[in-house]
Amino acid sequence: MSDNTNAETKKEGCAGCDCGGGVGAGGSLPAVAPQDARRGFMFKFGAGLLGIGGLLAAVPIVGYIVGPARSRYRNEWVDLGATTLYPSGQTRFATFLNPIRQPTDGDAAKTACWVRCVETGKFQVFAINCAHLGCPVRWFEQSKLFMCPCHGGVYYQDGTRAAGPPPRGLFEYKWKVEGGKLLIDAGRLPGLEESV
Amino acid sequence: MNREALIQIVKQPVQWIEERTGVIAFSTPLLFHHVPRSAKWWYVFGSATLMFFTIQIVTGVCLGTMYAPSASNAWESLRYIDEEIPLGWMLRALHGWSSSAMVVMMAIHMLQVFMHGSFKFPRELNWITGVFLLLTVLALAFTGQVMRWDQDAYWGLGIGAAIVDRVPVFGDQMRALMLGGPIIGGETLNRFFALHVFILPGAAIGLVGVHMTLIMKNGISEMPKPGEIVVPSTYRKGFEERMQKSGVPFFPDAAQRDMVFCGVCLILLVFLAAYYGPFGPGGMPDPTLINTNPRPDYPFMWIFGAVSLLPPASETAIMLISPVVGIAILVAVPFLSNSGERAPSRRPGMMLLAVVVVMAIVALTWEGVTSPWSPVMDGWSALPTPTQFVKGRTPLQMQGAVVFQYAQCRNCHELGGFGGKRGPALDEIATRMSPDQIVRQVQQGGGNMPAFGKNLNSAQMTAIVGFLSTLRPANEADSTIPGAQLPLPIKSPLVLNSPFTGTGVPAEISAGVSSR
Repeated sequence: MSDNTNAETKKEGCAGCDCGGGVGAGGSLPAVAPQDARRGFMFKFGAGLLGIGGLLAAVPIVGYIVGPARSRYRNEWVDLGATTLYPSGQTRFATFLNPIRQPTDGDAAKTACWVRCVETGKFQVFAINCAHLGCPVRWFEQSKLFMCPCHGGVYYQDGTRAAGPPPRGLFEYKWKVEGGKLLIDAGRLPGLEESV
Repeated sequence: MNREALIQIVKQPVQWIEERTGVIAFSTPLLFHHVPRSAKWWYVFGSATLMFFTIQIVTGVCLGTMYAPSASNAWESLRYIDEEIPLGWMLRALHGWSSSAMVVMMAIHMLQVFMHGSFKFPRELNWITGVFLLLTVLALAFTGQVMRWDQDAYWGLGIGAAIVDRVPVFGDQMRALMLGGPIIGGETLNRFFALHVFILPGAAIGLVGVHMTLIMKNGISEMPKPGEIVVPSTYRKGFEERMQKSGVPFFPDAAQRDMVFCGVCLILLVFLAAYYGPFGPGGMPDPTLINTNPRPDYPFMWIFGAVSLLPPASETAIMLISPVVGIAILVAVPFLSNSGERAPSRRPGMMLLAVVVVMAIVALTWEGVTSPWSPVMDGWSALPTPTQFVKGRTPLQMQGAVVFQYAQCRNCHELGGFGGKRGPALDEIATRMSPDQIVRQVQQGGGNMPAFGKNLNSAQMTAIVGFLSTLRPANEADSTIPGAQLPLPIKSPLVLNSPFTGTGVPAEISAGVSSR
């Protein structure tokens, strides 16, 4: 209360001069006698409450962000169409909608792969992603090679590494033929840690 | 109304505000603190970085009013901003060019601080906050590239994901954390959106605040002079005395230089943006459109170059460890040496280090831009065979030229200066390899070349070898020595291609070429 009065008096006294008003005035804290015991308890109590509340709030926040890292996404069998689409001895481009997709994925849910029909009824289905750093490999029918546009990885028609930096051959999908259709076990983006 | 009364009318509201905020008392030292008289044009780059950051915030907020942060229509919304919104393309161009300019100014600023030893006592934390600002700005640049949500963004994320995936044990989880799931999709874009517009700008603003506070606390360093050494125990006292005696107020003495430089930068920015337009968006972010050639933006081109040139056996370790080591070294700079000489002439080792680092980044960027390791994907179908290589050839040899194109050899090998640079140019292959050696190389591959043995029949092989055996300068002999040296792969684009034209190469040029 006394502080207030002081400030008001000062302000009045100040009007009209160019000292800059009350800058710096009223900034000092009143010297209140510390009520040590009570304040010590209140402080600890407050810190404890805040800590508990913070933890409670952090659980959903952290859980929301790290959720995707913990979730177990299941691959599904995806239909790549009739086996007759893939003539024997040839490698064909195929696309499918990723079974693990979200409403906002848009075109990104589309996925491509290379289907090689080794002989009738026997397939190899390669992920589009280069085993080096994931760029899309392209098939060259004439030289029977897959080439990557990023860092120059090259693979033979059976997916084995031919040249360049890839540490391994192309990733392969598991496949099966059911009712004349070629199905592959697809979903997660292939990577070195865990193949498709 | 007299002058006195007028002053009172202006003064009263100012006083009213000052009394309640202290804004004048707060900002007076910001404007009028003393800076060294010697602080001249070398000192403008930090201010320019800050100016570009301000442009980024303003243009970024503007773009935020129209951009759709959703994988299903981000790309379309950018096209809409570019083509339908009045001056939308200009806003995107300003944001893109200012981003590049900020990275460049920041790099120059950092280099200047390093070369002038300005990070030494008491400015160690100025440097360290600067390092974190650099990382934040680079992260903003990378996440900004993702915002374009085009093919480069999609496959760039794929490269990032593939690198993260290589982390031992937790790679899979870390990749999922980065992508927001097991694939690159909607959650990925929104994660990067949150980083790009909330987290990283917030971090940058906070760090700029700390950086500026430290500048106010420690003052701007003087131009280094040989012999004026930093002694931590006496530096601050001496510096403050010199500022009192010979310093000049920041405003207007130093600020006017900043204003001139920033003004020039700003005008250049507007012209660059208006003339060259916005960056992308490139092709639609549809991963089934694989006829794409993913490349990162310029600030990351040197990393793209580096990962292409790493030895495969150790590349995982290098990719994962070198960023950590690099950042640790940058942070450690002021702890390794925070006293002593600041003058570049007295720190030749440090100058050499700076030059080597800059040259390495420039060289790797150049490698990344030219990507000599990448096959030219349409080389086989799009490039003509130079006439000098088919003139006067037999039908078999000409058939070989056709097979050469057909088997995609041109994707990796140059003829007449055009084609892939992955393997050596074959303009003069007959001077280096005998027909037998060519057969062996084509059949079995090796030296980073795939084996073509299974894919070429004997007629094709005979034709292709027949063709390649004619590729030599007119006045040079075929390679006849058994075991003649195999051609070295020309990795560097800096090695100039032979000026061979097929008719009468000057002797000294062909001699120089053949000795390679």
